[in-house]
Amino acid sequence: MNVILVAVIALGVLGLILAAVLFLIAKKFAVEEDPRIAQVAEVLPQANCGGCGFPGCGGFAEACVKAAREGSLEGKLCPVGGQPVMEKVAEILGMTAEADEQRVAVVRCNGTCANRPRTVQYDGVRTCRIAHNTAGGETGCFFGSLGCGDCVTACPFDAIHMNPETGLPEVDETKCTACGACTKACPRNIIELRPMGKKGRRMVVRCVNKEKGPVAKKACAAACIGCGKCVKTCEFEAITLENNLAYIDPTKCRLCRKCEEACPQGSILAMNFPPRKPKAEAPVAPKADAAAPAVEPVQVVIPTVETAPKEASESPSL
Amino acid sequence: MSNKLKVSLSPHVHSGDSIRRNMDWVIIALLPAMLWSFYVFGLGAVIVTLTSVASCMLFEWAINKYILKNPKTTLSDGSAIVTGLLLAFNLPSNLPLYIIIMGALFAIGVGKMSFGGLGNNIFNPALLGRVFLLISFPVKMTTWPVPHQHTAYADATTGATPLADLQGANLGDLFFGNIGGSLGEVSALLLLVGFVILLIAKVISWHIPVSILCSAFVFSVVFYIIQGKMPFADICLLSLKHLLAGGMMLGAVFMATDYVTSPMTHKGMLIYGACIGFLVVCIRLFGSYPEGMSFAILIMNGFTPLINNACKPKRFAKEVKK
Amino acid sequence: MKTFRIGGVHPEENKLSAGKKIEVMDLPKQAIFPLSQHIGAPAVPCVAKGALVKVGTKIADAGGFVSAPIHSSVSGKVAKIDTVIDASGYRKPAIIIDVEGDEWEPNIDRSTNIVHDTPLEPKEIVARVQEAGIVGMGGACFPAHVKLSPRTPVDVVIINAVECEPYLTADHSLMMEKPEEILIGVNLIMKAVGVKKAYIAIENNKPDAIALMQEKAKGFVGIEVCPLRVKYPQGGEKQLIDAVVSRQVPNPPALPADVGAIVQNVGTAFAIYEAVMKNKPLFERVVTVTGKSVAEPKNLLTRMGTPMSLLIEKAGGMPEDTGKVIGGGPMMGKALLNTDVPVCKGSSGILLMTEKESLRGEAQPCIRCSKCVTVCPMGLEPYLLQKLAEHADWERAEAEQIMTCIECGSCQFTCPAHRPLLDWIRMGKGTVGGIIRARAAKS
Repeated sequence: MNVILVAVIALGVLGLILAAVLFLIAKKFAVEEDPRIAQVAEVLPQANCGGCGFPGCGGFAEACVKAAREGSLEGKLCPVGGQPVMEKVAEILGMTAEADEQRVAVVRCNGTCANRPRTVQYDGVRTCRIAHNTAGGETGCFFGSLGCGDCVTACPFDAIHMNPETGLPEVDETKCTACGACTKACPRNIIELRPMGKKGRRMVVRCVNKEKGPVAKKACAAACIGCGKCVKTCEFEAITLENNLAYIDPTKCRLCRKCEEACPQGSILAMNFPPRKPKAEAPVAPKADAAAPAVEPVQVVIPTVETAPKEASESPSL
Repeated sequence: MSNKLKVSLSPHVHSGDSIRRNMDWVIIALLPAMLWSFYVFGLGAVIVTLTSVASCMLFEWAINKYILKNPKTTLSDGSAIVTGLLLAFNLPSNLPLYIIIMGALFAIGVGKMSFGGLGNNIFNPALLGRVFLLISFPVKMTTWPVPHQHTAYADATTGATPLADLQGANLGDLFFGNIGGSLGEVSALLLLVGFVILLIAKVISWHIPVSILCSAFVFSVVFYIIQGKMPFADICLLSLKHLLAGGMMLGAVFMATDYVTSPMTHKGMLIYGACIGFLVVCIRLFGSYPEGMSFAILIMNGFTPLINNACKPKRFAKEVKK
Repeated sequence: MKTFRIGGVHPEENKLSAGKKIEVMDLPKQAIFPLSQHIGAPAVPCVAKGALVKVGTKIADAGGFVSAPIHSSVSGKVAKIDTVIDASGYRKPAIIIDVEGDEWEPNIDRSTNIVHDTPLEPKEIVARVQEAGIVGMGGACFPAHVKLSPRTPVDVVIINAVECEPYLTADHSLMMEKPEEILIGVNLIMKAVGVKKAYIAIENNKPDAIALMQEKAKGFVGIEVCPLRVKYPQGGEKQLIDAVVSRQVPNPPALPADVGAIVQNVGTAFAIYEAVMKNKPLFERVVTVTGKSVAEPKNLLTRMGTPMSLLIEKAGGMPEDTGKVIGGGPMMGKALLNTDVPVCKGSSGILLMTEKESLRGEAQPCIRCSKCVTVCPMGLEPYLLQKLAEHADWERAEAEQIMTCIECGSCQFTCPAHRPLLDWIRMGKGTVGGIIRARAAKS
C-alpha cells in the first residue's frame, strides 16, 4: 500500500511540476499570430499546390495578411480559387478586391535562330542568370532571350516551354495564370504580364533591344530599330518610343493593327487575330520599295509577319 | 575561322583532376590488401570479391537505367567498383553468393541510389551493406575461415576472430595479416601501404586516419587503466593490438575517409576521427559485438552534417594582429 | 621561402613567352578608347568628332575622384564617339580615332636617358599620376592616385611583380628590360606616400628577374626584393600582403592601407616613372600574346586602343583550331566575344586556347571531397556557397561570407567533379551585393 502511495504521490508531483514548466514556457515563448491568418486560410482551397508561389495555403494566407498590413493585395492571386476566392480574402482583410483584369505572360523577343545568328558559343552553366553575367550571351543582341529556359524552370504551371526550333520560350496561354514567376526569373525582363485583351487579342512589340537602329538590326533581323513609324501611324497615341524602343500601351491600344503594317522590321506582333485576308499583300509591296537600301532583310522578315497571326490562331500559344 | 568562339566565365583552365582519377587511386591503394587476401584466403576471396564488384556495378547500372531513368550511365566514375571492393573487404571469404548479392543490392540500392546517387548519400554505402548483412546473418558474418586454405570456398574451416581473444594474438601476425577475418582487413601493413599511396596521390589528407588511430589507442589505454587489471606495459601492447585487429585499419584508412560521408574541414575531420576512435573502443570493450568499427563510422556519418555546420574553415583575416 | 598562408593552387605555368624581348607593336589604322577602362566613374570625353589629336593628348576627363582621364595613343582625327564591345563583353561608349602619322605632344620626353631625381613634392607626384591617367595595371584597373592618397598612415609599399597567372610574361619582360626605371618609379611611390620601406615581390619561377632586380636595387635605399614561392593567387592584393609582411587585410570596407600597406603593380611603377619623370601619360603598355598553338608568343609594347586582332596577327596569326580568346590570364581573364576588342589599360595579355583546351569538363555531382575548401585562399567553403547561390538562399550565403570571395577561381580549377563553382558564386556575390546595397540605402 505504502509503495503505491509513494509512487502515486511522486508521479503526481512530477506531473504537476512539468505541467507548470510547460505552462510557463508556452506563455513565455507564445507566438503572436494574427487571427486573420486562420480565417484567410479557411477560405483558401487548401490544395497546398504552391501555385501562388508561397509554401502552401498557410504560407499564402500569411503573405496576404502581411500584404494587407502594408496596404495592398496586389500581385497576390490564388490560381486555383481565382477571383472569387480573392474577393473573400479581401473581405476578411477589409480591403477591396482588385478587379484584377486577366493577364498573361508575353515573351517580348523574336530573336529566333534564323533572325538572330549565334556569334559565339556559351560554354557555362545553362542558366540565364549566369549566361547574362558572362557577356552578351550567344548572339550580338545584349537584350534578347538567352534561351537557357530559366522561365521554364520557374513556371509552376507548366505553361511556358522552349521551342527547340526558334530557341525561344513560348507561353501556353490556356495554362498561364499570370503569377509572374517567369518575369522575375528572366534576368533581362523580356517577359511582361499584359492584359489578356478581348478574345485574347493584343498587339505586342516583340523586342526589348535599346540599341540604336543599325546596331540592333545587325544583331537581329527582327529587332525594333526605333524608327518611330508605328508611333506616327498610331491614331490613339498608344505607342511610345523610348531608348530606340517602341512600346504599346495595352490600355490605349484599340487593336487596329495599323502599326503592324507600318513596322519595317516585323517587330510588332498581332496575337490571336484571325488570319488576314489575302488583301494584306497590298501594303507590303510599297513598303519594300520605301526601304530599298535594305531590301533583303525586309523581305526575310515580311513572311514572318504574315504567318505569325496564322500560327497564333491555329494554336493559342505564342 | 570555322568555329564560333567559346565564351565562359573564368577560370578557363582546370587541374585535370576528376572523380574517376580519385576512384582509380582508391582502387590502386586497395590492390595490395586485395592481392594479399587472395593469397591468404585463396579461391574464396576471389569469388567474393568478383561477385561483390560485379553485383554492385550491375545494380548501379540497372537502378540508373530502369528506376531513375537517367539516360547516362554513372558506372564510368568508378564509384560502384570502389563500393563493391570495400564491401568485399568487409565480408568473410566463405560467404554464400546470394548473401553477397543481397549486401550489394542494399549497399547500392538503399545506401547510395535511394539518396540520389553519388555525392548525396548520408552513410557509407559499403558499410551499410555490411551492417545489413551482419544483422541479418549474424552467424555467417562472424565465422571467418582460418587462413591458408587456398582452394576452399564454402567448405572452409572456420575459426573465431582474433578480437575475441586479443591477448593471445601474436602482434606480428596481426600486423602482417596472418589471421582470420574479413577479406581486406587482415593485413594492417598492406592497408597502411594503401594509406601512403592515397596520401601521395593527394586523394585524402592524413587527418581522419591519424585521428581515429590516435584516439582509439588513447581511449583503450584509458579504459584499461580504469579497469585496472593489468600492468601498464600490457595495457599499451593490448591497445596496440586493438589498432591492428579487426576492421580498425581498413575503416580508418578507406571507410571513414569516404569523401561523401566525412566532414569538409580539417578541424571537422579531426573531431570526426576522434569520435570514431572513442566509439570503436566503447563498442569493443563494453558492447555485445566484438567489432564496432562499422557502427562507429556509420554513427559519425550521421553527425557529419552537424560537424560541417559547426566547424568552419579558418577564414582569411580572422585573427588579425594590428 | 615566403608565401601566403591559406589555400592556393599551382596551375601549370606555361610561360611560353618568357625571356622574349619586348617588341614594339605597329600602329593601328584606327584606335578605339573605351571610356570605362578603370574601376569607378567612366571618363567624360573632352574632344568632339573631327578634332585633331596628337599622341598623349587628353581625350577624356576623369568622371570623378575614383576615375581616370584617358589620353590618345595615336595622332589623327576623332572619327566618332560610339559604342563598341570592349573586353568586358558589353557594349560601352568609346572614342574612335582615325590614325594619321605619329606626332607626339611636344612636352613628352622621348629620349631614352634615365632621369633619377625630381624636385616634386609628394602631392605634386600624386597630381601628376592622376593627370597621367594611371590605373593599376595588373588587371583590376583601380586608379593609382586613389591608392597613393591613403586614409591612414602606411609604413610599407609592396610592388606586385609575382605575375601568378599562368602564361603571362608582360611584367617579367618589363623587369628584364627596364629595371632602373621601375626602381625609380618605386622610389616615387615611396616618396608620394612617405614610406621608407618597399618590397618588390617576385615569384621564384623568375630567377633571372630576381637576380637582376636584386643587383639594381643595391643602388636604392629601402627597396628590397622579396622572392616568393610559386602559388596562385599570390598576385591577389590580400594574399600578397599576407605573403610579404604577414598581415591579413580584414574584410571590406577595410583596405590594405588599414594594415599599413600599399600594393602597386610593377607595370604601374614603370608608368608612374614615365609620367613623373618623362611627362608621358599612360597610353602604351606591354601585352603578352600567347597560347600553346600560337606560332610566336610575344611580348608587345602596344599603344592603347589597338584592336587585339592586330596583335594576334603580329604573333603569327590566329591558329585554325582556336576555340577561345581570353583577355588576361587563364585563371581570371575574360573570354572575348571577338578579336576587335581594343587593348586597354588593364590588358596584360591575350591568350589563345585551342578548341580542345577551351571546352569545360562535364559537371558531375559534388562528392564533397573538400578540395575546394582546402584551396580557397579566403578560407571559404566554395561547395556550400555554390549550393546556396543555386538555391537562392541569400541570407545564408551572406552569413557564410560570400562577399569576401576574391573570384580567383582556385576552387573551380581544382574541383574533380568539374563543377562550375565560381559561376554560381559570382552570380550569388552579385545578388547578395545588391541586397546589401539596398539595405544600406534603406537605413
